[in-house]
Amino acid sequence: MIALLMRDLKLAIRAGGGFGLGLAFFLIVVVLVPFGVGPNSGLLSKIAPGVLWLGALLACLLSLDRIFALDWEDGSLDLLATAPLPLEAIVSVKALAHWLTTGLPLVLAAPVFAILLNLPIAGYGPLVLSLLIGTPALSVIGTFGAALTVGLKRGGLLLSLLVLPLYVPTLIFGAEMARRSIEGLNAQTSLLMLAGITCAVIALLPFASAAVLRVNLR
Amino acid sequence: MPDLGKYAEAVLSSYAISLGLIVALVVLSVLRARKVKAQLAEVEARSKTGGKAQEQADG
Amino acid sequence: MSSIWEYANPKKFIATTDRLLPWVSALALGLMVLGLVWGFFFTPDDFRQGSTVKIIYIHVPSAMMAINAWAMMLVASMVWIVRRHHVSALAARAAAPIGAVMTVIALATGAIWGQPMWGTWWEWDPRLTSFLILFLFYLGYIALWSAIEDDDTAADLTSILCLVGSVFALLSRYAVNFWNQGLHQGASVLRASALAGDTEERVSNIFATPLFISMAGFLMLFIALVFLRTQTEIRARRMRALLARERMQ
Repeated sequence: MIALLMRDLKLAIRAGGGFGLGLAFFLIVVVLVPFGVGPNSGLLSKIAPGVLWLGALLACLLSLDRIFALDWEDGSLDLLATAPLPLEAIVSVKALAHWLTTGLPLVLAAPVFAILLNLPIAGYGPLVLSLLIGTPALSVIGTFGAALTVGLKRGGLLLSLLVLPLYVPTLIFGAEMARRSIEGLNAQTSLLMLAGITCAVIALLPFASAAVLRVNLR
Repeated sequence: MPDLGKYAEAVLSSYAISLGLIVALVVLSVLRARKVKAQLAEVEARSKTGGKAQEQADG
Repeated sequence: MSSIWEYANPKKFIATTDRLLPWVSALALGLMVLGLVWGFFFTPDDFRQGSTVKIIYIHVPSAMMAINAWAMMLVASMVWIVRRHHVSALAARAAAPIGAVMTVIALATGAIWGQPMWGTWWEWDPRLTSFLILFLFYLGYIALWSAIEDDDTAADLTSILCLVGSVFALLSRYAVNFWNQGLHQGASVLRASALAGDTEERVSNIFATPLFISMAGFLMLFIALVFLRTQTEIRARRMRALLARERMQ
């Protein structure tokens, strides 16, 4: 399992692996928002938590097809499926690799980009924490979507259509957690729900993802 | 027509849109059903005569 | 030439629904006309909402069917996963566009109903928002069926999607309720949603009876359309199989 993880990490970091692209996209979104809504600092600071969450979410989304694409194309996915490791474990490792190479960098970059959006000081901690807890769910859910569309050429748009509704609960609780903390309200429910969703998804969704992969590999 | 008062536009447009969508759904479903039924009959007839010709050719 | 149908099931399904379809369609038309005409022409206006209360006869039944259609798809998907009856998978596929249309109707009527009270054409009211999310789930499901060439693969993938989607749809409902609770809600919005949701308790008999008739009519419409569309799906699948066979000869 570790071997698989290291292999995927190396693949992602290599040139063409798309490692920095997610970060770059996140930055672009954050830069574009003020152009869209106007430079009013007051407005920007109000929408900052949501925009940062959205930017992170979209950046995750764009890197999802990489999870299985390379292995599908050169046939290594078939080999992995016949390996002694259960497919559920393989799928989980892939999701973990995605999170380490895409999600985690976004979490670390968020406080820096938040400066551009005038995020209130009180928001930095809660925002980073919410992203830290929420992005693993985005990776695991995204892996499910990637498994569904793995065989399709130009499946990118379909992948987005399938995955984005599944992202809604995480997005809501993550952004709410950040927003309520800033406003001084009780953010505990959001935090617990966010964490609950992430844990449940990590524990259960790999079974669905593996089932889907088995279908596609037939 | 009952006196719908100031909400006439709202009520009538909601009925119009909804019934319009339902009618469209029904019409499209019926048209597609007929089309597929005809196409299937055609393909089945083709395969039956093709099969018969094959049987005769095999003797 | 081998047997036409892979299973007896599809043939029986078509035969049975052919017999039932005229009756169900007649019932659908009759009940809907009765319910809507009664509700539109023969019920009074609401004291607070004026004539917009008449929208209830379409909004509530369509919203109910939007949910029920997905529930039926969920059951059909599970039957496919467990018992592999093709008719089941195809029935789920057939039901999806119907459910999607019902969701759009519920959204449109919900928004129009609320407009006089909200002053805007859309409010991110928890109930409406949940239906908007449900619409997205329908779109994804329909799109996935269309994207996959192999029938069995498509049936498998879409049924898993339906299962996972159902869990997330329920989760979203809770999340959206949580998300909108902090905002100021005009009393009229609450009342509109309450009226839509608690029909059985709060609405008096004058409104309730034509409403139930209308709901029954919408249900019959759904059943009739599912029968019709599933027949089409069965035939289309049969045709694809024959064409594939032709190409190989």
